[in-house]
Amino acid sequence: MEAIKTKIEVTEKERLPVVSEREAVFEARDLAVYYGDQRAIDGVNLDIYQRLITAIIGPSGCGKSTFLRTLNRMNDLVPAARLTGQLRYRGIDLYGPGVDAVEVRRRVGMVFQKPNPFHSSIYDNVAYGLRILGMKKDLDERVEKALRAAALWDEVKDRLKDSALGLSGGQQQRLCIARAIAVEPEVVLFDEPASALDPISTSAIEDLMHELKRDYTLVIVTHNMQQAARVADMTAFFGLDVSPDGNRQGVLVEYDETEKIFTNPSDKRTEGYVTGRFG
Amino acid sequence: MDKKSVLERTRGRLDRIGDPALKAITFAAAALAVTVLGLIAFELVRGSRLAFHRFGLGFVTSQTWDAIHNQFGALSLIFGTAVTSILAIAIATPLAIAIALFLTELAPKPVRALLGALVEMLAAIPSVILGLWGILVLGPFVQNQLEPFLNSTLGFLPFFRGPHSGTGILTAILILTIMVVPIVASVTRELFATVPPELREGALALGATRWEMVRGVLLPAARPGIFAAVALGFGRAVGEAMAVLMVIGSQIGIHLSLFAHSDTLAARIAGQYNGSSTNLQTSSLVYLATILLVISLAVNIGAQLLIKPIDRRPRRRRIALDRAFEAQGLSAD
Ligand SMILES: Nc1ncnc2c1ncn2[C@@H]1O[C@H](COP(=O)(O)OP(=O)(O)OP(=O)(O)O)[C@@H](O)[C@H]1O
Ligand SMILES: [Mg+2]
Repeated sequence: MEAIKTKIEVTEKERLPVVSEREAVFEARDLAVYYGDQRAIDGVNLDIYQRLITAIIGPSGCGKSTFLRTLNRMNDLVPAARLTGQLRYRGIDLYGPGVDAVEVRRRVGMVFQKPNPFHSSIYDNVAYGLRILGMKKDLDERVEKALRAAALWDEVKDRLKDSALGLSGGQQQRLCIARAIAVEPEVVLFDEPASALDPISTSAIEDLMHELKRDYTLVIVTHNMQQAARVADMTAFFGLDVSPDGNRQGVLVEYDETEKIFTNPSDKRTEGYVTGRFG
Repeated sequence: MDKKSVLERTRGRLDRIGDPALKAITFAAAALAVTVLGLIAFELVRGSRLAFHRFGLGFVTSQTWDAIHNQFGALSLIFGTAVTSILAIAIATPLAIAIALFLTELAPKPVRALLGALVEMLAAIPSVILGLWGILVLGPFVQNQLEPFLNSTLGFLPFFRGPHSGTGILTAILILTIMVVPIVASVTRELFATVPPELREGALALGATRWEMVRGVLLPAARPGIFAAVALGFGRAVGEAMAVLMVIGSQIGIHLSLFAHSDTLAARIAGQYNGSSTNLQTSSLVYLATILLVISLAVNIGAQLLIKPIDRRPRRRRIALDRAFEAQGLSAD
């Protein structure tokens, strides 16, 4: 195990709350997602805890994005997508009758791989969600607060009316984070938020996540092992499984505290993946 | 190894004919387009000289068109052109955008393909056939159903009064609308399709409903292109001669009522050129054509200006930079 430890540096973090004190925001029970006949993930049992950063890692195609997008019902937009098992959000069945996907997404925000600012001003990008949700009181204050929280305020405060498309990629991504947190969600999902960014912007985003952790529950999908080790409290490793009928599906291999996953994983496949020996 | 030999030309000169050839061909094509436009303009100006000498610019502000007394003026035709094409594009634009939205955002996949093809086909109908349909079907409908209905509901407005007739401004507007909708709709549909899916997802992920996403994200992203599409459709409506000629009633005069007969620049030129009895009348028709060309070019240029609004950002940023430098006691250059 000593070899792994030196290979991936696990940064010092504040002490994690002990297991009994953690509050689960999401509880996945025997969750499976299908695209048409193809099973993308299967048998996922996973609790995501409040005010912690949870990383999801695993090889390409193992269903990380699929899992993430079930958390805010973004997969509803894929007509062929279907789900079995249960996913509870604060005890409520997220896919139960009477649950409105629009309402879910309001509470569970999302930041995408490619920065996707709207074709409007910096201000309007952040104000967009506030306006549609009717949070129009103190709009200026809310916009400023979100931009500050996304560590972007100082860079854009003099050009709020300028087009968001004129920002750099890293700034655009922080704008998208500001946009997501402006509407005061409870959870923010990140799907490879830094994979299109340079190292400096990446590190800015990572610092930001540490800040956001105080108020939000964060889930991040990443291909970057160091990133997971740096930012996450908990890490879930998804692997690919071939079932007897030939379907290749993603399964949750191991889920534990990040330090444990990277220094002392209990599953051989996790160990192989985090040390760079796949399979 | 000799370094130079590696970089020397190894292929024969003929292999490199492509680049200069491409340059020459594209240049020739561009030059040809400009030349054709120039020749047309020249020919129009030459042909309208007679009428211009006789009526001067007053031609544009005169309502009369009287072949017997050799008095000609364009105002009523300009009015007819403006009213029919502006109202047609005003009706067509929201319809076309709605169709494009339905085709890209709402309709199930198989319906999209079928309906999309049907809309494109509508654009392919020859205008003379539309005109014929206007005479046979739309005209009677306008006369017997639409105009009585409009008169009874909105008759307090001067636009919906007067004798009912199957030929006139209203029928022309409807025919032009039918011609313009598929043009604007198909261009707008392409525009919506090129708006990246990440933008839509970004809005939906914030808890936007589909309509909020369309209004707040999709339409703004496509707005410059929609202007262009509308200008394209408007240009088509302004220039349409045949279908309008068949349904508008070919009468000079400016009336507030949409039920009245009227005429447009393009329809008048097409309708009278061959039967023109005097040189002055022919020249007046060419004068009309010159006006039509000017209007069309103006619409086109206006649209291009709308699409590319002057970007002030670099300048503003420069000023901000200067200020930042100044604050630090530095000079920008
Ligand atoms: N919209 C879709 N329609 C059909 N199949 C899909 C769709 N999205 C994903 N899949 C399939 O589901 C499986 C999991 O995909 P997913 O995108 O969740 O993987 P991932 O772990 O995020 O991969 P990556 O690391 O490359 O982003 C893949 O086999 C993929 O082909
Ligand atoms: Mg993915």
